[in-house]
Amino acid sequence: MTLTLESITYRYAGTGRASLSDVSLELADGEVVGVVGGNEAGKTTLCLVASGLAPRSIGGTLTGRVLIDGQPTTDRPMHELAANVGICFQNPATQLSQVADTVFEEVAFGPLNLGLARGEVIRRVTESLAAIGITELGERDPRRLSGGQMQLVAVAGLLAMGPRHLVLDEPVAQLDPEGRALVAEALRKLAAAGTGLLITEHDTDLLAGLCSRVVVVDRGKVVASGPAADMLADPRLDDWGVEPPARVRLQRALAAAGVRSELPQ
Amino acid sequence: MGRPGPSAYHRLNPLTKLVVALTTTAAAVILGGVFWPLMIVFVFVLVPAVAARVLAQLLRFMLIFSLPIAISALLINVFFYPGGQTVLFGLGPVTATAEGLSFAIEILCRIAAISGAVTLFYLTTKPSELVLDLERRGVPPRLAFVTNASVQTVPAMAERAQQIIAAQRARGLDTEGSAWKRVKGILPIVGPVMLGSISEVEERSMTLEARAFTRPGRRDLLWSPRDTTLERLARYLLLLGLVGVIGAKAAGLV
Repeated sequence: MTLTLESITYRYAGTGRASLSDVSLELADGEVVGVVGGNEAGKTTLCLVASGLAPRSIGGTLTGRVLIDGQPTTDRPMHELAANVGICFQNPATQLSQVADTVFEEVAFGPLNLGLARGEVIRRVTESLAAIGITELGERDPRRLSGGQMQLVAVAGLLAMGPRHLVLDEPVAQLDPEGRALVAEALRKLAAAGTGLLITEHDTDLLAGLCSRVVVVDRGKVVASGPAADMLADPRLDDWGVEPPARVRLQRALAAAGVRSELPQ
Repeated sequence: MGRPGPSAYHRLNPLTKLVVALTTTAAAVILGGVFWPLMIVFVFVLVPAVAARVLAQLLRFMLIFSLPIAISALLINVFFYPGGQTVLFGLGPVTATAEGLSFAIEILCRIAAISGAVTLFYLTTKPSELVLDLERRGVPPRLAFVTNASVQTVPAMAERAQQIIAAQRARGLDTEGSAWKRVKGILPIVGPVMLGSISEVEERSMTLEARAFTRPGRRDLLWSPRDTTLERLARYLLLLGLVGVIGAKAAGLV
């Protein structure tokens, strides 16, 4: 299954300037694509459009097409799209329904909303918790978890809805190093299992370890795109407001100091 | 389908506990006087509270919730009861009357019954369980969700307010001392709490949409609180009892 954004231009309601201009992007089944860019570059807007929330939920004007397997999604309601493309935001606390007393119930919230039968929901929840590696949290109160654990629960909740693609808008931005490591590990597992991931992130170290391809967005436009290793070492990243991964920065520092070195991969 | 609870009373169906709370409250108000409300408090509040092992908490919450209204009811009735004739003592321009005191005690008994019944329900019932039970009985999922989310949001907002108070104090905001200082200290706290909550609402609503919450139609439930024939019978009997109380009161029997 392929998620395609075709010549997307999007304006938020009440604004004249386009937050996305003529953006085209493709996310194949099992592919992991990173999106980087400075603040206000349009990364979050890209996520909202890719997931279908813009303009359905937040209004605004969209031109171009979002396609799933070549089929336009324009007329499809949000709950139908939700079963194909899941979206995870950066604030772990707002990802939770707030009405579930256990993590198991929290993860079941989405599948139950899809109208699935109880037995199927239990199967999916069990599988999702296992896939993310948080089965042991099943009976815990989701409101009493750490930020990293909450974010994992949110991802498991999306996964249980059975989407082939997940859109993650800075999923580790509000997490401590331990939380970041937990989420990064879970995303690696998902990628290995074949879920397509579109990840916007300032943390290029996370992307370097996950993505096969990286897209750079600047002022609402895709300005560069290519294999992750090449893009994350691109000298223009600084100009686009993106900090390269630590490995690249170290290599540059060594080169500037006249030290010839080849860091291990 | 049911879940283990700390006591048999906790494990009762939420609707049963709600019916107990509502009929208890209504009966105490309708019957009035001193004896009946106190009897109701004893049988339907204190005994279950002991069984549920929440008596200490119940008394503490009852006191916290009902004390302000109880004090004002006592003062107003003791000193300003319209039919007061038997003067107990004078206090400046006002006098306390025996009739006012008697009426105030009746009011206090009703307040005790109401706050006791509501507190017992609150202490022994999870909002999520009540909502699940109501949803199982046909209440629309959206209404059930909004009810539950509203209840669950209160502690979350209180927690956020505490964090903001701590943050503002760390930046030198004085929220203690004179009343004026406290009032001045409210604005820098209320603003961030409200704005933060509003900005979260948008993301929260998008999250709900992304989790197919807007899909029309009924949905299956993962579990629902257990309900037994005995409990159904008890609920009908309680409602029947309330009808009996209304009838007896109308007929002047009590």
